[in-house]
Amino acid sequence: MGLFSGKKGLIFGVANKNSIAWGIAQALHQEGAELGFSYAGQVLKKRVEPLAASIGSTFVEECDVTDDQAIDQLFEKVAQHFGAIDFLVHSIAYAPREELGGRFVETSREGFRIALDVSCYSLVALARRARPLMPNGGAMMAMTYYGAEKVTPNYNVMGVAKAALEATVRYLAWDLGQDQIRVNAVSAGPIKTLAAAGVSGFRKSLNYVGAVAPMGNVTQEDVGNAAKFLLSDWARKITGEVLYVDGGYNIMGAPDPSVMDV
Amino acid sequence: MSNSVFERVREIIVDQLDVDPEDVTMEASFKDDLDADSLDLVELIMAFEEEFGGEISDEQAQEIVTVGDVVAFLEAQQKEA
Repeated sequence: MGLFSGKKGLIFGVANKNSIAWGIAQALHQEGAELGFSYAGQVLKKRVEPLAASIGSTFVEECDVTDDQAIDQLFEKVAQHFGAIDFLVHSIAYAPREELGGRFVETSREGFRIALDVSCYSLVALARRARPLMPNGGAMMAMTYYGAEKVTPNYNVMGVAKAALEATVRYLAWDLGQDQIRVNAVSAGPIKTLAAAGVSGFRKSLNYVGAVAPMGNVTQEDVGNAAKFLLSDWARKITGEVLYVDGGYNIMGAPDPSVMDV
Repeated sequence: MSNSVFERVREIIVDQLDVDPEDVTMEASFKDDLDADSLDLVELIMAFEEEFGGEISDEQAQEIVTVGDVVAFLEAQQKEA
């Protein structure tokens, strides 16, 4: 018997085996959860399907989270397949490559719109459809990053989108509290994923954060463990929170002199 | 460091693209001969960075067409380091 025996949920945002969403999926699977996956396009299909199959999941569907009709269709299938669900994991973010580097002041209207639509509004859109499938309450979680709160050069418009996402988590937590649905976010330290590959100078900042954080860099498994807690009944009454899984990076005001090299 | 850059690159490509080692020649084009899609290329670049420790920029990555391009780039990078 695992922590999630008999529990069912959806995972949005697996791209490949390095995805944070896959780390979460594995952690929940180990605790007995029954999982459904949604991926963002044909190029991801051949990556997500074998991963889902490897943990015995038979629900793997494409869904463009910027398309309301596509989301409606997805949730019809979810209702047919699962009936009710207990949790939802949102690990989706996107901004055009040219927006993830260089001068922030050059952010385009279209780049801004796309980043906020895919990375933030999608949580509202998914939560709205998931709510009726959680008649006895449930839990949702989203992935955020410290760049929402403090400036992280090159993260640029994605930092703005994550700030909006964190606010969205709080407003959803308020609104869905009456439905006994909890909504939280995990703010993970940087992890080398496909998405991170789009951020200029990522490797350098990964090494820096690893040196500054009291407990070093984090892994997908670390995030998975936090997700296990946040989505489980052990986190009952915890809602609207942003939980740091960052090796303690966010508490630091200055790096240890031994890693200063200016 | 007994294995050549080519051998290490080939191992990563075989693993990532699920192709036969014989097909991974210096002349092989990732897209045309090895059937790599756009994400495969990003994943391969990440794997090369992991194995060889350096960083391959977007601009440099765009220059890469064949296996030989990667090997030449990584060999040059190894010499600099």
